Amino acid sequence: MDGSKDLDRIGSLEGIGCRRKRAEDPRFIQGKGNYVDDIKLPGTLFGVMVRSPYAHARIVSIDTSKAKAHPGVHAVLTAEDLKPLKLHWMPTLAGDVQAVLADGKVSFQNQEIAFVVADDRYVAADAAELIEVEYDELPAVVDPFKALEPDAPVIRPDLDGKSVGAHGKRRHHNHIFNWQIGDKDKTDRAFDAAEVTVSQDMYYPRVHPCPLETCGCVASYDAIRGDLTVWITSQAPHVVRTVVGLLSTIPESKIRIISPDIGGGFGNKVGVYPGYVTAIVASIVLGRPVKWIESRSENLTTTAFARDYWMTGELAADKTGKIKALRVNVTADHGAFDACADPTKWPAGMFHVCTGSYDIANAHLSVDGVYTNKFPGGVAYRCSFRVTEAVYLIERMIDVLAQKLGIDKALIRQRNFIRQEQFPYASALGLEFDSGNYGPALDKVLAAVDYQALRAEQAAKRADPNCPTLMGIGITTFTEIVGAGPSKMCDILGIGMFDSCEIRVHPDGSAIARMGSISQGQGHQTTYAQIIASEAGIPASKVAVEEGDTSTAPYGLGTYGSRSTPVAGAAVARASRKIREKARKIAAHLLEVSPDDLEFDLDGFKVKGNPTAGKTMKEICWAAYNNVPEGMEMGLEAVDYYDPPNFTFPFGAYLCVLDIVKKTGETKVRRFYALDDCGTRINPMIIEGQIHGGLTEGFAVAMGQELPYDEQGNVQGGTLMDYFLPTAVETPHWETDFTVTPSPHHPIGAKGVAESPHVGSIPCFSNAVVDAFAHLGITHIDMPYNAFRVWRQAHALGLDA
Amino acid sequence: MTKKTHVSFTLNGAAADVLVDPRELLIHTLRERLATTGPHIGCDTSHCGACTVDLDGTSVKSCTHLTVQCEGAEILTIEGFAKGGVLHALQEGFTQEHGLQCGFCTPGMITRAYRLLQENPSPTEEEIRFGMSGNLCRCTGYQNIVKAIQYAAAKLRGETVATSHPLMADIGA
Repeated sequence: MDGSKDLDRIGSLEGIGCRRKRAEDPRFIQGKGNYVDDIKLPGTLFGVMVRSPYAHARIVSIDTSKAKAHPGVHAVLTAEDLKPLKLHWMPTLAGDVQAVLADGKVSFQNQEIAFVVADDRYVAADAAELIEVEYDELPAVVDPFKALEPDAPVIRPDLDGKSVGAHGKRRHHNHIFNWQIGDKDKTDRAFDAAEVTVSQDMYYPRVHPCPLETCGCVASYDAIRGDLTVWITSQAPHVVRTVVGLLSTIPESKIRIISPDIGGGFGNKVGVYPGYVTAIVASIVLGRPVKWIESRSENLTTTAFARDYWMTGELAADKTGKIKALRVNVTADHGAFDACADPTKWPAGMFHVCTGSYDIANAHLSVDGVYTNKFPGGVAYRCSFRVTEAVYLIERMIDVLAQKLGIDKALIRQRNFIRQEQFPYASALGLEFDSGNYGPALDKVLAAVDYQALRAEQAAKRADPNCPTLMGIGITTFTEIVGAGPSKMCDILGIGMFDSCEIRVHPDGSAIARMGSISQGQGHQTTYAQIIASEAGIPASKVAVEEGDTSTAPYGLGTYGSRSTPVAGAAVARASRKIREKARKIAAHLLEVSPDDLEFDLDGFKVKGNPTAGKTMKEICWAAYNNVPEGMEMGLEAVDYYDPPNFTFPFGAYLCVLDIVKKTGETKVRRFYALDDCGTRINPMIIEGQIHGGLTEGFAVAMGQELPYDEQGNVQGGTLMDYFLPTAVETPHWETDFTVTPSPHHPIGAKGVAESPHVGSIPCFSNAVVDAFAHLGITHIDMPYNAFRVWRQAHALGLDA
Repeated sequence: MTKKTHVSFTLNGAAADVLVDPRELLIHTLRERLATTGPHIGCDTSHCGACTVDLDGTSVKSCTHLTVQCEGAEILTIEGFAKGGVLHALQEGFTQEHGLQCGFCTPGMITRAYRLLQENPSPTEEEIRFGMSGNLCRCTGYQNIVKAIQYAAAKLRGETVATSHPLMADIGA
């Protein structure tokens, strides 16, 4: 068969590798998306939260009488109302509990105190103003080190006497856990014997994923049928169903959770928040649908922060820069309740990927979780669990070591890479890196940007005292860990972190695929259909992909931590192959040959050695409903629940060039070159889009995002006035590139991509900013690199004169 | 209770009449009373632009505009762009150049870009970035939004346009 004809067939299938235009777009570009606040049910009431202005206070009294008397108000809920239902506290994903509505005490500013339900959002907001709360203020602590002092305020009196938490021993009333991994003695000995050691403290600020759509839900309880339906902005609708079932004792068969279109998630929409619980309770109590939609400032100050890690990294090496050992100590600020969204067994997520792309024989990691008077969370903001922190640490430490030894920052990486022949590579912290090919990726980037010329330009600028700018070159060669995960290691609430796909092929050869994952902009409707097209020969345009409705979709753990392609995508491929194998038997029956005599050829089967004899998938799909081999069930369906054998390890090599104005600290990214290796590329257009987005979110974190607190526990930066979201003006132009190193254990070799650019770019910006000052002896500057902070460094060095 | 006000305006070419409190924001009138849920709410401070509508020839953030200010106004929202089943050049451009991901900012982006191109049919990349800086996107990094607007601008100028993402670009013969 001639090649151009094959290309035509590939093009009409729109399979793996095609830049297929998105199936999602027609509704979004015409204003016909269906986001949670667009849901309109007859009789819907609106709920708003009353929140604490204090970070730490006893609640003396709550007077709701005026609010209840306000026209249009239907209910006001406080902890007292939830107590008989045992819903005033709820379990967190991290094995702690969290107050749904404050139970006698508030522990962070904006903590939920009462829930007002009224005819509409205006009336509800009016009534919320009428609720009178009397507080007895307590001293607040927002610094995790001060929180661990002997006489620090007790943030969680409900834990009094509990010396063991969900992750082992607690050594102080504000201590949550200590988690260690790696061989401490061996690592300490390697440090004692080392020719060179370096140590660096670094703070990864508290930030927030800040999707453009805030969190919200519409809860609707049908008292006659006993059915609860909740439309919710959830990245994990099935997990929400299980949590609601556990909390309410309603059987899961009577609970329907629907994630409609979601306006971005980035980790913000994994957890279960108090507003969801109160909306559900209010709907059950009132017998009417109740909607709760966060405001932006509620979103930024109550649901799910990320990061807030105080890290100390140490490297031991020889004089050539070959690393002998890594030692890491982390103090993790978890806020007032430990609501981290991590796999149950790992309180610091996958931070132990912190050995990075480097062959480091000895490593030890210790993380202490601490309560403070700050809002709970600890989610993975566009990354797998705590991977951004881990990658930041090792990529900064490599630069610190390079500076100490006077070795080029690209060269020191080349000297320490895990070599291709070492894969699968067992890391010192217990992970098995499935694949990688780091050296060629970095070489490709260095050649593309003419690295030597950039260093020469930098040297010339450094030598010129009249040069008004500093030039920084940042490099990162990062490895991510995504696709959680193998159920033997990863679970949430005891449920293994598999994912699922169910495909039904219709008589006309079209199909529907239902998934346990849920897209928030990743384009699942487009890309899963491409996998089916390549694996089962059904044109992508004929495949409907449906997600997010727990009553129709198979159980899955949802979309976060770049797990959709590695886990759910694998389920799609395997379900497609089950379809294909049944189709093979039907084709063999139709052609009266043995199934072994058939080979799959894009969109059908042909007889080996007789290319004119064959059956198309379209013909086979029709036959599945009227002419199947004897003993075979009719129909053409398949289900796959995929429990991955390992994580996947996407990697990349990034390079950033930036210029800093000495007088003002203004920093301009001149060039950013991002090479990503996500294994098999399903839709290059979507991959590039995901990378652009991840780089931009990384830029936001590095250059401006933070949620600091003052001494009284007031959260700063809780609106878009203060919290930095870059516009099109600030955002740099991105250059993308790729290599392809397929995952050896994934059915189609794909690894996941959307989070790599966030994880990899943040330390790249940091490395570039620090590199600009490196010749002046600076080894680290904490993020974010707003003009003030950078100017302060320039000023300290007398550069702004 | 405050006396309600009767307000009449044109929405996407059709007459609209509403009875609203003086304090009601245009975004809520559009979304709650007129089934026009294309414009979205993304912030409380008029930074994000998800609620952008075109009002009497100006881009307006409808979360900071009172409905009672709209008497006699001509309002265009994303729902008014496709005509007779044919997409507007901007809608086509956003799809062809992959200028959207989650879709939440998209109605505001397209509505703002429409006015930008009315004012400047041939904007440079810099002019597009500046002209769109009242609209935030958390997904795309703006690069493909710029390309989408360039695509639409060329098409509206009558030039031949093509996607920079040909279906088979990465598949060799």
